[in-house]
Amino acid sequence: MSQLLYTGSEWDFALLRNVFSAIEDVALNDLKLDVYPNQIEIISSEQMLDAYSAHGMPLMYHHWSFGKIFAREEAMYSKGWQALAYEIVINSNPCIAYLMEENTATMQALVMAHACFGHNHFFKNNYLFRQWTNAEAILDYLAFAKKYVSACEEKYGSDQVEMVLDAAHAIMEQGVFRYRRPPRPSRVQREERLRKRMQYEEQSFNDLWRTLPGQARDMSADLAFVDEDEAVGLQAPMNLPEENLIYFLEKHSPVLKSWQREILRIVRNVAQYFYPQIQTKVMNEGCATFVHHYIMNTLYDRGQIPEGAILEFLHSHSSVVMQPGYDDSRYGGINPYALGFAMMSDIRRISEDPKAEDLEWFPAFAGKGDWRDVLRHAWANYRDESFIQQYLSPKVMRDLRLFSIRDKTEEPAYTVSAIHNDAGYRKLRTSLARLYDLSTHQPDVQVVGANLAGDRTLLLRHTRHRGVPLASGTREAVLKHIRLLWGYDVTLEELSDADPS
Amino acid sequence: MVNFIDRRLNPKGKSLANRQRFIRRARAEIREAVQKTLKDRSVADFAKNQKISIPTRGTKEPRLRHDPSAGGEHERVLPGNKDFIEGDQIKKPRQGEAGGRGKDASSSGEGEDDFSFSLSQDEILDLFFEDLELPDLVKTSLKDISTTRWRRAGLTTSGSPNQVNLVRTMRNAFGRRLAMRRPKPEEIEALKAELAVCQLAEPVDGERVRVLEEEIARLEHRRKWVPFLDPVDVRYNAFEEQPTPTSRAVMFCLMDVSGSMGEREKDLAKRFFMLLHLFLKRRYQRLDIVFIRHTHEAQEVDEQAFFYSRQSGGTIVSSALEEMKRIVHERYATGEWNIYAAQASDGYTQTGDATRCVEMLNQDLMPICQYFAYIEILDEREMEVFSSEESGAELWRAYRTVARDWKNFATKRIAKPQDIFPVFRELFAREGAEARG
Repeated sequence: MSQLLYTGSEWDFALLRNVFSAIEDVALNDLKLDVYPNQIEIISSEQMLDAYSAHGMPLMYHHWSFGKIFAREEAMYSKGWQALAYEIVINSNPCIAYLMEENTATMQALVMAHACFGHNHFFKNNYLFRQWTNAEAILDYLAFAKKYVSACEEKYGSDQVEMVLDAAHAIMEQGVFRYRRPPRPSRVQREERLRKRMQYEEQSFNDLWRTLPGQARDMSADLAFVDEDEAVGLQAPMNLPEENLIYFLEKHSPVLKSWQREILRIVRNVAQYFYPQIQTKVMNEGCATFVHHYIMNTLYDRGQIPEGAILEFLHSHSSVVMQPGYDDSRYGGINPYALGFAMMSDIRRISEDPKAEDLEWFPAFAGKGDWRDVLRHAWANYRDESFIQQYLSPKVMRDLRLFSIRDKTEEPAYTVSAIHNDAGYRKLRTSLARLYDLSTHQPDVQVVGANLAGDRTLLLRHTRHRGVPLASGTREAVLKHIRLLWGYDVTLEELSDADPS
Repeated sequence: MVNFIDRRLNPKGKSLANRQRFIRRARAEIREAVQKTLKDRSVADFAKNQKISIPTRGTKEPRLRHDPSAGGEHERVLPGNKDFIEGDQIKKPRQGEAGGRGKDASSSGEGEDDFSFSLSQDEILDLFFEDLELPDLVKTSLKDISTTRWRRAGLTTSGSPNQVNLVRTMRNAFGRRLAMRRPKPEEIEALKAELAVCQLAEPVDGERVRVLEEEIARLEHRRKWVPFLDPVDVRYNAFEEQPTPTSRAVMFCLMDVSGSMGEREKDLAKRFFMLLHLFLKRRYQRLDIVFIRHTHEAQEVDEQAFFYSRQSGGTIVSSALEEMKRIVHERYATGEWNIYAAQASDGYTQTGDATRCVEMLNQDLMPICQYFAYIEILDEREMEVFSSEESGAELWRAYRTVARDWKNFATKRIAKPQDIFPVFRELFAREGAEARG
């Protein structure tokens, strides 16, 4: 076993395969990870840039905003201001990981450990991903989405399609189900349904109908294929309040054509697919970083990678988990890699070598030595908010020198509300956990009423969290998009969460 | 379980469709930004790939966001505490910059800053030259076709021997021989051999000899009758004269490099010509550019010398016109060339020379020029003094009279780099309406 897998920085496919099996051995037999089968694709930097621009997905419908991201990334990369990610990994089954051809052998090993085992295990086991996404169906679905959007562009003109996509993107964050499981998209079902609908329309085409006033025929055609997920227009019960704006508009907007509804559904499904990832940034990256750190060190201990490689690895690892202070010019928020890795390493430390403080804070696992089980349990059953609330230890808070400040608009100064001391630990931990609770920093906007009998005004309600209003700059612009989709006036009221409504 | 796939050879540019959509979307802003950068950028490198910034106006993607500065309270957690203790007060930054860069850990909102990215050279130049064009590149002589060139025009059955198309000819001959069943030499040889055998045989088979002799005679006759190469087989390459319209143009760049032109003036003039030069090179594939610099005497120089070499002396503007006239007569027959000229000067010339210039323009140059642009470079103080079109130095006043007589003569003044582009644009605006008015 203790034979060097490679020496220099060059790699070829045989070498990658060997390194992969060595990593796999550590991951499966030591860490006891449970992963989807891996598919590793080697790509060039141009292809990496391509992949960047569309949420990192290998397939995506066309939209100018992806071109905008591409243009920016390309500029940053070509000027050398920013390096590209070493990998992109996709939550699918098999789990697809992209590796850049420029990476050295050590980097490829790091990236395989990080993506193919760290992220992969997390995708497969975390409850959010298990409940809310379909790893099996996503690529099929995106293929369908891309084809469908292109077909619409051809048929209705790219301006029309762009208008709907722009509007849908504007409320993408409000376009997810937070509490009930969304219906599963399946390409086969979907295409079959569409095909049947088209077929019906073709068969029942009679030019005479065109001469009748009103939309009578359209309604009947649509209703002919209504199923539980398909109720369209005014007939369906609206089940207000509705948190998923895109879903509501898709089902109940009086003006949208069926292809526009389908596009809304596509955007909604994409948003839903990424929703778990937004909620588990710290955990996901922390898990992958912890796993690659453990695996690389184990390989080194076993004598399978050379000294130079471990130094190169440590260099890039430490730049990944660097956390600049709030007053550093490089500061851009809390680094999820740093926080996640620090917490998970600390869980291991507490489990193996606890201090008195740890025994008091984490009696459940301190000193028991079963950190592998504790971590696997945490990876499977928590999201960022609950993970921090449960596992953030005083030592990590001290190491990161965390402090919290309270910002009240009326007051001329911020108040430091807690620092890393005995009095502050719990407060600090709760504040930090709150920050990762999407419901507190994504505006809570719901549909509360639609006056269908009268002027068809759609009533939205923003429930303020601790009195924080919506930014006025984007509020009107977004409302304009919603009006376009609803077809009639839309009003947005803001309530304080203290107010009884 | 693992599956390695090498995707490096897969086609790149999957994002091209998205990039095109983005550029179409932001076209107005991008165009504006490109034009703004041109004003401040040195001409030599403006056409390279460059980074531009556009306002996020048209490409904004609005999302609903919280605005903590507008009301309510919220809590933030930051790393790197140095000396704060609980209860400390930190003065808020002035309104407007509240928040700074350190937002919530998971805030991923797009900033309101300008959006920066790179445009390729082609994209920049396309935007730059959009709706710019030299004044109608149409000349009377353009319409009556004056030049012709030979073009291949298939094959013919008659022609001169040096144009025989051997391949076609032999192919035709071969086909004809097959169709007419021309006897092969081997067949005749075989019969002759058999005949010889028959004649030597004991006893002689008279009947057989006769049949063979007849057969041989018939074949020999047929061979004569169906020749190896017949005149009907021969094909000639055909050429025909094709008329080509004249779209050749020559651009004369005239510049005063005398002592009265300071560094600044020279620099401005140079920029103007460089811009012009770039524009012409791009727009017209078949186009000559002649550089004439002058002091008290004029000489034709190459591009490098025109822009970069130094020379000083007096100023006689008409010497440049003289030189231009000479070159036109020598090299650019007006029937075949569209002639454009642009002259840059500070407006000073030897007393009396302006009159001579006007004479030359009126009599010799304007009748043959498609367009003549005169750029006068002033300093900013002069620009204010000469705010009216009517007032100006001697040369300017003189040229104004030419401009009144010839609608294809234009005069403009520039004082700073920022003026160049608008002037340039106006001079060569597609319709040229204002410049000619």
